Amino acid sequence: MNVAVCIKRIPLSPGRWTLTADETAIDTSGSAMGWTLSPHEECAVEAAVQLAEGGGSVTAFSLGTPESAEQIREVMAVGVDRGVLLETDGSDWDGQATAAALASAITADDTDFDAVIVGTESADASGYQVGVRIAHALGWPIVTNVKGLSVEGGVARCERVVGSEREVYEVSLPAVIAVKDGVNIPRYPSVPGRIKARKKPLDTVTPEARPARVEKVKLALPPQETSSAQVLGTGADAAPQVVAVLKEIGVLA
Amino acid sequence: MILVYVDHDRGVLDELSLQAVAAARGLDTDVQAVMVGADAVTAAARLGEFGVTTTHVAVDPRITDYAPMATGRAVAQMARQMSPAAVLAVGSPRGNEVLAHASAIVDEPFAADCTAITLGDGVSHVTRNRWAGNVLEDARVHAPMLIASTALHAFAVDPVTGSGPAAVVEFAPELADADLAVRIVDRVGGGGGGVSLAEAKVVVSGGRGVGEGGFGPLEELAALLGGAVGCSRVVTSAGWRPHAEQVGQTGTKVAPDLYIAVGISGATQHIAGCKNAKTMIAINTDPDATIMSFADYAVIGDAATVMPALVDAVRAAKS
Ligand SMILES: Cc1cc2nc3c(=O)[nH]c(=O)nc-3n(C[C@H](O)[C@H](O)[C@H](O)COP(=O)(O)OP(=O)(O)OC[C@H]3O[C@@H](n4cnc5c(N)ncnc54)[C@H](O)[C@@H]3O)c2cc1C
Ligand SMILES: Nc1ncnc2c1ncn2[C@@H]1O[C@H](COP(=O)(O)O)[C@@H](O)[C@H]1O
Repeated sequence: MNVAVCIKRIPLSPGRWTLTADETAIDTSGSAMGWTLSPHEECAVEAAVQLAEGGGSVTAFSLGTPESAEQIREVMAVGVDRGVLLETDGSDWDGQATAAALASAITADDTDFDAVIVGTESADASGYQVGVRIAHALGWPIVTNVKGLSVEGGVARCERVVGSEREVYEVSLPAVIAVKDGVNIPRYPSVPGRIKARKKPLDTVTPEARPARVEKVKLALPPQETSSAQVLGTGADAAPQVVAVLKEIGVLA
Repeated sequence: MILVYVDHDRGVLDELSLQAVAAARGLDTDVQAVMVGADAVTAAARLGEFGVTTTHVAVDPRITDYAPMATGRAVAQMARQMSPAAVLAVGSPRGNEVLAHASAIVDEPFAADCTAITLGDGVSHVTRNRWAGNVLEDARVHAPMLIASTALHAFAVDPVTGSGPAAVVEFAPELADADLAVRIVDRVGGGGGGVSLAEAKVVVSGGRGVGEGGFGPLEELAALLGGAVGCSRVVTSAGWRPHAEQVGQTGTKVAPDLYIAVGISGATQHIAGCKNAKTMIAINTDPDATIMSFADYAVIGDAATVMPALVDAVRAAKS
């Protein structure tokens, strides 16, 4: 199977959030900050690599700044065969523009893909839409929120978790599958994997920009919790005080 | 007029969707709803109690259970036909999915997980969650009709006293067979008698500090309180507990009456999943752990000694 996977470079989420002075981005100048993929996309990559294991290839598509090549190399180290970077100048692309650019790059690619794997939502934008829009652009079915995935005879069986139940969906390929963290346990890159990754092909294309229709004006941090918990006690001796609280709030009759 | 997509599961009204109805009423007095599937009719009428005047129900014999593309198609069709000022849904997995489909079909923008909405002529303003609510974005949405979901628990459900049932109008959505290709074909698991994490009134959640073998007393306490067990990502990554129990940004978001966080440090991504708990109790060896600024009450101590004592005390109080 030939699989495309869409990944996005995002800053590592910090312990304490700070914004840039113009309040349009997260401050990434702090020493501890680095860059990563969202957890859903790490699982998307693992799912893509597993699907191609029986023969086939995995191509990673990423729309972002030239630095996004770092994340493409990272996923190459865990089994992705090649990459396509849709290079931007770092300006904000909304979900509609991002999906349109990714869909046309996927269509224009020489490979005929059997599946496109994305995250259900990106960790930074939390847009919940790029995968769905790609599916509509390609005219393919999509299942989102996928926490269990297997493919047999050209049919993808997808499970999503609702409460204590799993809903099962079955779609014929080609299809877009939007996964969630937990669908698998992503493998770690090996040293030979990292070395091989350096030599794998990475193409760069320039996507067609469109003005953002969800236009970011500014970011803000939600009000911080300044309160501190009331300490009920220390160690096992605190149990009766906890029971008193449980009764007070009505969870214990 | 505001059009709200209201979800249901085999006829049972999705209570979370009422939050989107409440948000719509804050924008306009004329609130109509769209639901999908013949089995939605009873729930459709009930929406009157929450201020909906008319519920449009898409009925097609091919729709026998939730089918996201077909649902998006039906919502898009109703949106085109009615030209509402906004189309809203709650930011649940289904709500976001349905609106993503509808907006892709009508080729309009979609703003997910909004905590505030101001409608304008051609340009609306929203505040929405990014980074699972760790960061708020103020955005302008350029569209003749705003398509937006409301962040979970951002809008409080408010019933309208003395209102009658909503008028129920059935319509036949124009669906291609391809729209029905994606639908629930089976349901597995469940019925195990356990309380589902997302809906539990009490969640007893464990982190790294509980240790691999330490979840027994958490399970006992959850069972005694009629609740569910949750955990942090460290715990699921280590394989100590199934991923289905993970609470947080990439796990389940819970809003129980009581959340007990045992051996959990309180990372922002974890808090994103439990900050809507009415009461939080933290049990931690570290009195300065971040979780302490979110918790209402705390016990300072080792989970391995506090939890068994707590189980005994609760059991004694119940008998
Ligand atoms: C994009 C992204 C998404 C993420 N999504 C999630 C998510 O959905 N959910 C999630 O939970 N995490 C998520 N994380 C991970 C998160 O950042 C933290 O790493 C994680 O929540 C920490 O888990 P923890 O509190 O169990 O462990 P730690 O941070 O290691 O904390 C352990 C705590 O236990 C206490 N302790 C130690 N020993 C004891 C003892 N004997 N008794 C009592 N207390 C003790 C310690 O004082 C400490 O406070 C995500 C991370 C990223 C980057
Ligand atoms: N800039 C991007 N480059 C590549 N893939 C992306 C990009 N933005 C979003 N995606 C994919 O679409 C998914 C959903 O993103 P979103 O709609 O922003 O929540 C992500 O998990 C990615 O798989």
